[in-house]
Amino acid sequence: MATRQIQFREALREAMAEEMRRDDRVFLMGEEVAYYNGAYKVSQGMLEEFGDKRIIDAPISENGFAGLAVGAAMYGLRPIIEFMSWSFSLVAADQLLNNVPKMLYMSGGQWGCPVVFRGNNGAGGQLGSTHSWCVEALYANVPGLKIAIPSNAHDAKGLLKSAIRDDDPVFFLESERMLSDKGEVPEGEYTVPFGRAELRTEGTDCTVVSFGRPVNFCVEAARELEKEGVTVDVLDMRTVRPLDIGAVVRSIKKTGRVVVVDQCWPFASVASEVITQVCERAFDSLDHQPLRVNTDDVPTPYAKTLEAEYLPHKGKIVQAVKAALHRL
Amino acid sequence: MHQTSPAPVQPAPGPAAGENRYHITSSRVGMPGAAEPNGHAAGNGHHAGPRPSDALASPVLVKWLRDMIMIREFENRCAQAYQQAKIGGFCHLYIGQEALAVGTIASVEHDDPIITAYRDHGHALARGMTPRACMAEMFGKATGCAKGKGGSMHMFDRPNWLFGGHGIVGAQTPVGAGLAFAAKYELEVLGRSLAGGAAKKKVALCYLGDGALNQGALHEAMNLAGLWSIPVIYVVENNRYSMGTAIERGTTMAHDLTAKARAYGIEGVQIDGMDVRTIYDRFKPLADRCREQQRPAFVDLLTYRYQGHSMSDPQKYRAKDEVELFRQRDSIALLEQHLLHERRALSEADVDAIVHECKALAQDSVEFAEQSPAPDAQELYSDVYVNIQPDLSPTRAYVHGAKNPLL
Repeated sequence: MATRQIQFREALREAMAEEMRRDDRVFLMGEEVAYYNGAYKVSQGMLEEFGDKRIIDAPISENGFAGLAVGAAMYGLRPIIEFMSWSFSLVAADQLLNNVPKMLYMSGGQWGCPVVFRGNNGAGGQLGSTHSWCVEALYANVPGLKIAIPSNAHDAKGLLKSAIRDDDPVFFLESERMLSDKGEVPEGEYTVPFGRAELRTEGTDCTVVSFGRPVNFCVEAARELEKEGVTVDVLDMRTVRPLDIGAVVRSIKKTGRVVVVDQCWPFASVASEVITQVCERAFDSLDHQPLRVNTDDVPTPYAKTLEAEYLPHKGKIVQAVKAALHRL
Repeated sequence: MHQTSPAPVQPAPGPAAGENRYHITSSRVGMPGAAEPNGHAAGNGHHAGPRPSDALASPVLVKWLRDMIMIREFENRCAQAYQQAKIGGFCHLYIGQEALAVGTIASVEHDDPIITAYRDHGHALARGMTPRACMAEMFGKATGCAKGKGGSMHMFDRPNWLFGGHGIVGAQTPVGAGLAFAAKYELEVLGRSLAGGAAKKKVALCYLGDGALNQGALHEAMNLAGLWSIPVIYVVENNRYSMGTAIERGTTMAHDLTAKARAYGIEGVQIDGMDVRTIYDRFKPLADRCREQQRPAFVDLLTYRYQGHSMSDPQKYRAKDEVELFRQRDSIALLEQHLLHERRALSEADVDAIVHECKALAQDSVEFAEQSPAPDAQELYSDVYVNIQPDLSPTRAYVHGAKNPLL
């Protein structure tokens, strides 16, 4: 299929617009999504095409409009709710943690809650502690949700289309720092299925597992390691619930070593979960204990230098892989 | 729902032995405009001219009476089963408030969506859920409305357009706005009903207790409803207490709650919630207007619960005399007297027959619940996802469970 280079944000926009043309039950609601054309210009032009009954500016009431989406979804619509930042989802925690994932179960299968919540996740760039939340560790703990975390424009579009079509609630985690990143995206229709990891680089010495923005740090690390003769599998999980643990195990059976890179804090993180599952399923294949690279276990700092050090950056990943290979 | 540490369970007062009914001192009957006990504003049921409910055929009002008696007899059985530890968890009874669910639900169409909080048995029964499905749910049985996975606070009934039963105070209020938003979206965007057929004008009822008035969720929801003219009616079941806190102790403008609605550009009215005819007389025209004009409303319905907040409430925060005062304007007795003496639509024997039938149905629901099977073990892992995929859980694969008994 022919491809072209488009930005991550354009890929998101295409996914939403295509699905809205395909299904009139789909609408987009969030702060500044309509007349402002999106706080981060993801929804630029969508008001013009779909009108203000389907591209809806919400006041700053995350709990209110997240709850409204629950009711609309139960009734039979397919809401897409944009959080300007997932940091702001915390004021909607009751709806997101109690109602969205549990409605199907509590109603004995009578009503599900097919909503897509999407927005920026993780450190944006000197936004300080309150605006730099990584929420995957918090939300992945709750059964009933699916969580997608794309690392590039191609997956952003394909995963978002799958998310909108899914009958279950999907939390879709983007990154302000990737919205302008360009990538090869097919001209025509495609989706990316949930629960299928993708190899970004191929190697034999170590398995590096990641999801979302840090996948790109892993690829940078892989290039640097290659100069020293070390080759690694970088596995982009793309969704963390479902989690393609089979792909991780297959890679570890080849490499014998694993480093998990995660932009949440380390304690009870998705990295912790991946490593637990690795130990449960591939313990005998390991030649070194599993290692993880998370953000440092402190609130997100403001200072540029401190924030850069806080993230799971290339330098930390290279060090971890070398540690796994006893090359330090 | 918030809860204190376990306290002794109060005995549930049922009708006195040998006395089938809910008699009140007859001198108070038919005085809905009289000053009401304990500061409740006088109801607005005193109509000089004919009341809209007067135009209804007697069988309609007899059905209301039956529905209210059914709820009370059902709740009496719940109290008993709870004391016998056959019902677990929290259990909040509707005794005293029956007219409210029956009168408001009678004012809307069957396919108008409704949603409520955790004191939800009355709404479920008034909407048409069978006592069996409701009781079996509380017994945690496979035949319950949620296959035993929801419990007392989470009554869901898709065929009867009841969207729950919600346990967190106020959490249902934005969801209620969403139901009405979707109904309006059918009308304005889809041009069709998602349930099939043409779109039509609907109105959603979202019930809440007076305690929910102080939750942020309600205020966000009312702002959205006012802002976007969403056809949802916030029905405040003002029973004067949020658990043990009297309304004046926790809520500003307790003497005029409609002020809160006016702040969001929403029409607010106060209605005597103990007289089902008054509820219908005032609520039905309001619901009709909200449906026609596709806009929200807020209703402060003055009611009273005779029982504690939940089954573990010793009720030390209110005087027994206060409860007794309200019992003297019992909603069932009010309607019964109207049908017996004003309409002459029923005889004493007819009423006895209705009470007898409802008692039998309540007893039958307990027997049905007791005899029903526990949920199949695999139901633990069903209804977590609709679209089950591999690797969603590290422990065990999810499954598709039994079809819900209501579907």
